[in-house]
Amino acid sequence: MAKTPYKPPTQSAIGQTFDTFFLLALVLAALFVPLYLGLAGGGKTMLELKDTSWTGMGQNATMQAQWEKLGFTPGPKTEENATSAAELIAARFDYAFDPVELAVTALVVLGYFFIVFHWSRKEYRDVIDERFNGKK
Amino acid sequence: MTQTTAIHGEKISLLRVLGPGHVWALGVGIVLVGEYMGWNFAVGKGGAIAALIACWVAGLLYTCVAMIDSEVTSTVAAAGGQYAQAKHIVGPLMAFNVGLFLVFAYTMLEAANAITLGYLVQTVGSMAGFPETHDKPFIVLTIMFLAWLNYRGVYATLTFNLVITAIAFVAIWVLFFAVQPWSSVYMKHGELLTGLPYGWLGVLAALHFGMWYYLGIEGTTQAAEEVRSPARALPLGTMTGIITLLIAATMTWYICAGIMPWEYLGQAVTPLFDAARLTDSNVLMVLLFIGTIFSTLASANGCINDASRAWFSMGRDRYLPQVFGAVHPKYRTPYRSIVFLVPVALVFAYFAPLDQVITFSILSGLLEYTYMAIGVMMFRQKWPLGTIKRGYVHPFHPLPAIVLLLLCSATYFAVFLGYGTQLIAMMVFYIVASLWFALHRYKFVRRGAQFTMPWPKPVGY
Repeated sequence: MAKTPYKPPTQSAIGQTFDTFFLLALVLAALFVPLYLGLAGGGKTMLELKDTSWTGMGQNATMQAQWEKLGFTPGPKTEENATSAAELIAARFDYAFDPVELAVTALVVLGYFFIVFHWSRKEYRDVIDERFNGKK
Repeated sequence: MTQTTAIHGEKISLLRVLGPGHVWALGVGIVLVGEYMGWNFAVGKGGAIAALIACWVAGLLYTCVAMIDSEVTSTVAAAGGQYAQAKHIVGPLMAFNVGLFLVFAYTMLEAANAITLGYLVQTVGSMAGFPETHDKPFIVLTIMFLAWLNYRGVYATLTFNLVITAIAFVAIWVLFFAVQPWSSVYMKHGELLTGLPYGWLGVLAALHFGMWYYLGIEGTTQAAEEVRSPARALPLGTMTGIITLLIAATMTWYICAGIMPWEYLGQAVTPLFDAARLTDSNVLMVLLFIGTIFSTLASANGCINDASRAWFSMGRDRYLPQVFGAVHPKYRTPYRSIVFLVPVALVFAYFAPLDQVITFSILSGLLEYTYMAIGVMMFRQKWPLGTIKRGYVHPFHPLPAIVLLLLCSATYFAVFLGYGTQLIAMMVFYIVASLWFALHRYKFVRRGAQFTMPWPKPVGY
């Protein structure tokens, strides 16, 4: 005997609106929570530059000429020297990491894919059963 | 196959008007902006040489993506691209996630484009003696104008893309020859290249933004229902697109790494425009200004096209509120999806820093490629060669899928280095969204209707 196809309920306009706003809120939270908690870009650091002359910052004559063409100046960044290149030259990434943090992140990514593929397999069986309805 | 949607009781479908040139323009148009901005953050993460290695390794990753994508897309030719493929190969929850990957990869890319355009107008305004020029109005105008263009029709939108993408591509070639790469008049690689400031760990870290050279090329599949001959046009458009991008990426690196210090290049917003400034040629500056503006417009335009098609497809299948599954009765475009995604792009473009927005886009792309590597193995297992008609069969299976999976794993680590918090935030978002779909939304989905291809039952079911 053929299986009766699943009949989904009709969603009300209010339900559709609620679902839409829920997704919107979720997207915005993913962006703004790390930004507001100050965690975004947390892997950056600044070199301590004792000498902020071009040579002191490790810039040779060619580099110096190009910085100047781009409108930058040597020296520490101050209100009077707003075009200083010191901050750009001193900016670095800090790649020191905690192996536990790495393991937790790997676990989250792997766990996510495992759950999604596992759950999908169960749902896919429903789809195939209904689509083919016992036929090959 | 043309799927339809009901508007006022009438069945309306998307129009089949596009050729291979449009497919190339859609793919390259979205991605070419990656040469004009964003790729250079790879220089910041590992130095200029690391960025070149990342460019080629990421090129290998995307060659695998293009090979896999060409086979699956030429077989499952439906709007929504990888989303429709996941529905047929893996199941509804994966399809829902893939749909979200697509929407957020493209919407964040659109936001990044608008930020770059606004920044460039502000910079040039200041250079031209208008220091009060502000980027925000231009960000809003760009997103609103392109959304309107997409609302009005796909043919005009992608023809517009074809023209401006071609101009932006030619601008890179002109700059390449103008800096005389065969001489040392402008190119000073010997004096400007500084080795690997972070060692080999920096090379790995640079992979994160190395993806930006090519991210979005897989968007060609979104036009599957609007292409006249999907089996021919989609593989042709995608493959020529990836070749175009490999050439443009290498030229871009060569110009920029040979003309400016790596510390500046690694943090610049508009590196190719800056390279033109350093030549002291007003003609080149104007040309690269136009090229940057056009590439950002073409990319944002293609992103709106792709993101709205993925959102539309999910609405049509009730994975999202079905209000989004409507086609405009006159313009035949997914107009409600286009309009809904405008504020999302605006909020990100207005409030978030460029590297954060790019990272969100890259992470969504990375999750999508991970799915594709596993998905193609499942595809070959469920429908072995010869059981269904394929428009294209990619060679050396499963090698491209394994290489893709390995490169994706390396890139997750690259993102973790420096942007680990964003990686976790993004994963939490997709986990919560998945729970929402599985526990709430799935009850509105028609089960059998998820499988629309005229194929036999998959092996093992």
